[in-house]
Amino acid sequence: MQTKPSISSSTAPAQTAIEVEVNGEKHALTVEPRLLLAHMLRERLGLTGTHIGCDTSSCGACTVLLEGKSVKSCTVLAVQADGRAVTTIEGIGTSRSLHPMQEAFWAEHGLQCGYCTTGMIMASLDLIARNPDPSDEQIREGLGGNICRCTGYHNIVRAVKAAAKAVKK
Amino acid sequence: MAFTTMVGARIRRREDPRLITGRASYTDDFKTIGTLYASFVRSPYGHAKIRAIDTSGAKDHPGVIAVYVGTDLADAGVKGLPCAHKLPELNVPPHPALAIGEVRYVGEPVAVVIADDPYVARDAAELVEIAYDEQPVVVDPLQALEGKTLVHEAFGTNIAFRLPIAAGDTDAAFKSADVVIKQRFINQRLAPVPIETRAVLAQWNPGEEGLTITTSTQIPHLLRTQLAVALGMPENHIRVIAPEVGGGFGAKLNVYAEEIACGWIAMQLGRPVKFTETRSECFTAMIHGRDQVDDVEVAVKNDGTILGLRLRVVANLGAYFQLLTPVIPTLTLLMAPGCYAIKNISTECIGVFTNTMSTDAYRGAGRPEATYLIERTLDLIARKLNLDPVEVRRRNFIKADSFPHTTAMGLTYDSGNYEATMDQALKAADYPGLRKAQAEARKAGRLLGIGLSTYVEVCGMGPSAAMPAAGWDSATVRVEPTGAVTVLTGISPHGQGEETTFAQIVADELGVPIEQIIIVHGDTDRVQYGVGTFGSRGTAVGGAALKLALDVIREKAMKIAAHQWEASPDDVEYRDGKIMVKGDPSKAMTTAEAGFLAFMGDKLPPGLEPGLDATRRFEPPNFVYPFGTHICVVEIDPQTGSTKIVRYLATDDCGKVINPMIVAGQVHGGLAQGIAQALFEEVVYDEDGQLLTGTLLDYAVPRAEHLLNFELDHTVTPTDVNPLGVKGVGEAGTIGSTPAVVNAVIDALAPFGITHLDMPLKPEKVWTAIQQAGGL
Repeated sequence: MQTKPSISSSTAPAQTAIEVEVNGEKHALTVEPRLLLAHMLRERLGLTGTHIGCDTSSCGACTVLLEGKSVKSCTVLAVQADGRAVTTIEGIGTSRSLHPMQEAFWAEHGLQCGYCTTGMIMASLDLIARNPDPSDEQIREGLGGNICRCTGYHNIVRAVKAAAKAVKK
Repeated sequence: MAFTTMVGARIRRREDPRLITGRASYTDDFKTIGTLYASFVRSPYGHAKIRAIDTSGAKDHPGVIAVYVGTDLADAGVKGLPCAHKLPELNVPPHPALAIGEVRYVGEPVAVVIADDPYVARDAAELVEIAYDEQPVVVDPLQALEGKTLVHEAFGTNIAFRLPIAAGDTDAAFKSADVVIKQRFINQRLAPVPIETRAVLAQWNPGEEGLTITTSTQIPHLLRTQLAVALGMPENHIRVIAPEVGGGFGAKLNVYAEEIACGWIAMQLGRPVKFTETRSECFTAMIHGRDQVDDVEVAVKNDGTILGLRLRVVANLGAYFQLLTPVIPTLTLLMAPGCYAIKNISTECIGVFTNTMSTDAYRGAGRPEATYLIERTLDLIARKLNLDPVEVRRRNFIKADSFPHTTAMGLTYDSGNYEATMDQALKAADYPGLRKAQAEARKAGRLLGIGLSTYVEVCGMGPSAAMPAAGWDSATVRVEPTGAVTVLTGISPHGQGEETTFAQIVADELGVPIEQIIIVHGDTDRVQYGVGTFGSRGTAVGGAALKLALDVIREKAMKIAAHQWEASPDDVEYRDGKIMVKGDPSKAMTTAEAGFLAFMGDKLPPGLEPGLDATRRFEPPNFVYPFGTHICVVEIDPQTGSTKIVRYLATDDCGKVINPMIVAGQVHGGLAQGIAQALFEEVVYDEDGQLLTGTLLDYAVPRAEHLLNFELDHTVTPTDVNPLGVKGVGEAGTIGSTPAVVNAVIDALAPFGITHLDMPLKPEKVWTAIQQAGGL
């Protein structure tokens, strides 16, 4: 016979004031220190384009840009974004004015259910910022932190390649 | 503007703009005022009796609204999880939404904590104290078969069912054989891993006594029916919404404990209740796939002709039944003969309980296992008789002139031409050239392998008589007064792109601009009853229903037009997207114009009802049987045992293609999942029933770097099973690829005398086999 040990929990979690710029808009928030950036974006700011797919920062569905660099927002605390700029999928384009990377994912059928796609697009933006002319192999390696279960990556690789070309023009 | 045909064209998906901009809404994206959050307390043991549950600590935690255990639901009359099955003799274990008295797998829900904040719900779930008495555990299906440790004591056995199917005279076939080959194939357990885990938002509207369940499901209507039964409510008081669904792969073709529990709790508390599964929970408590031990014995003539086949499938069903658990392995029996004319066959499927999560439908569901065992067997025959695997297939194929072909298992394959498709694939791959390159590589000490699989699969799930639940589907087409067209479909796509393919069909059939067509799905209050999306039935069944409804619309529109022109309806035709008088191009009317007249109502032929809409249901007369040939080339690094796929070519035949871009995408995704089963994916429980692959750090799903650019090709063999002539392609890639990859790896290892290794062919396993065979 075993009994699960009881874990005491603090009753009133501490709150911290932070200031974050998200997609060019400044937000002043009071958050629990343990609040994840992904949850802050989704639950507090209503930016639900950032998705959560795992609890081990393995899948990349929650990828956003922090000061222009891709991070998995489920592994970043909201307080770590204090004083910094975050870009989410909502910040790069709308359906009437797509970013070239979004356009390429559309044209190349680089998505199916779409759940991983927003993270995949954000990771790809960082990838082509670092390497404007990536080979197939470099794209595959560069997207190693993002999992897609629908596409087999074939069309994602083509999309990133096409987007890299389009951005260079 | 000339009328362009949409069907067959590579049309960009209409669902994509919302998905690529993050504006689409999945279940977890919904939140209403007062939403509460559920956190489930789950069994840490593979098997244990529950002695006591103390929820007081959790209840006292600030922010906690309620805590429920299994008896709370049972006492309120909530029923357990349903299983749809048609097996005559089956041990069906009770399966309460929350365990009562005993837990039988790690991750089984025992209690649920409801709090006003998701973090608080998880904190408080830690405070539920449960006293367990550990019980002996069995996780291996062959050990379970022996029955020394029982999962359900009441049955006195771990065997849920035995299903034998036989035809011909197998004993005589084996007596007359030149060669008999025996092999055991392990088809390992897999996790479906949709990137969106399950999520449920249950809302109770007391004013209407209505319960709305927004959930990541593939089967909104079937789920509504089952929730009505479980909760004891009239079905029309329940609304199930499947908004954007982030992948299903069969796993969301189900009724889950959390859906029942959240629905009931929302009614108790009168507040919205949300559950969002963590990835770890997704590994323990979402259904798993495969998990069979298949013993095959084949009787063969020296020229490679198969005389007879014996097969025993031991299927690990897990601890309980989910919706289709016992049905899935029976499909393995039915499809075991594959593309081959095997007359004498003796099979048995034994379903066994173990202390693991239930197995159920996962991409291909029973057919990948069948294809794997027969395609590996064909290669064993080739090896044994020193024949080319291509030749062995050629000698055993069902011939092109014998379709429709009724197999020994009693299925009637609608149409096929296996040899022609194989020849096309061999040509595209330059098979003789590949073999030559292999011979040269071997001389140089390189381990190059070429693997082939030729498959036939069963999809387009229907007819109803052959299904655990119904097999038909529905479509309503509504031409609005302005000429816009609204389609309501019972199909519930989750990535397969039917919003586009269905719109393509409508655009062609009615001549309506594609921008004016909307496809509505996934909401039981908006859409009439339908069965949902699984088993490649979306277009083959739901699309066929749509075609029938469009036929009705067009016929009525032509009657309206004929009346305007004072012409006989027989003199009116539909051509180039318009209704016209035969031989008189000056008299032309669009569907929109006919629709407007239909709604104005005053210029209609006598007796014709106003409005222009139609609902039709399509009951398929048979399944459809897509087929194909896959060729895989691998190279193994002898120093590490790691396998690199050098080329992968798939030639598939799914009948008529509506959108080649979407079909290719379906194949790509299927290939990834099938290749991953061959090389690295596996769910592992230890002997205590602990799940060792409980996160994405331990469970190896393929990443971009593990795969390559695929080469696709296709043939088109029409079917007359449905009015669109389409088959289905969702599972084809998975089904064809697993044996092609394993055959390639074993072919590469042939110089070592290795004839078989069980999946997954991880580097360590391959390296060890090479070492044991004398090494390099």
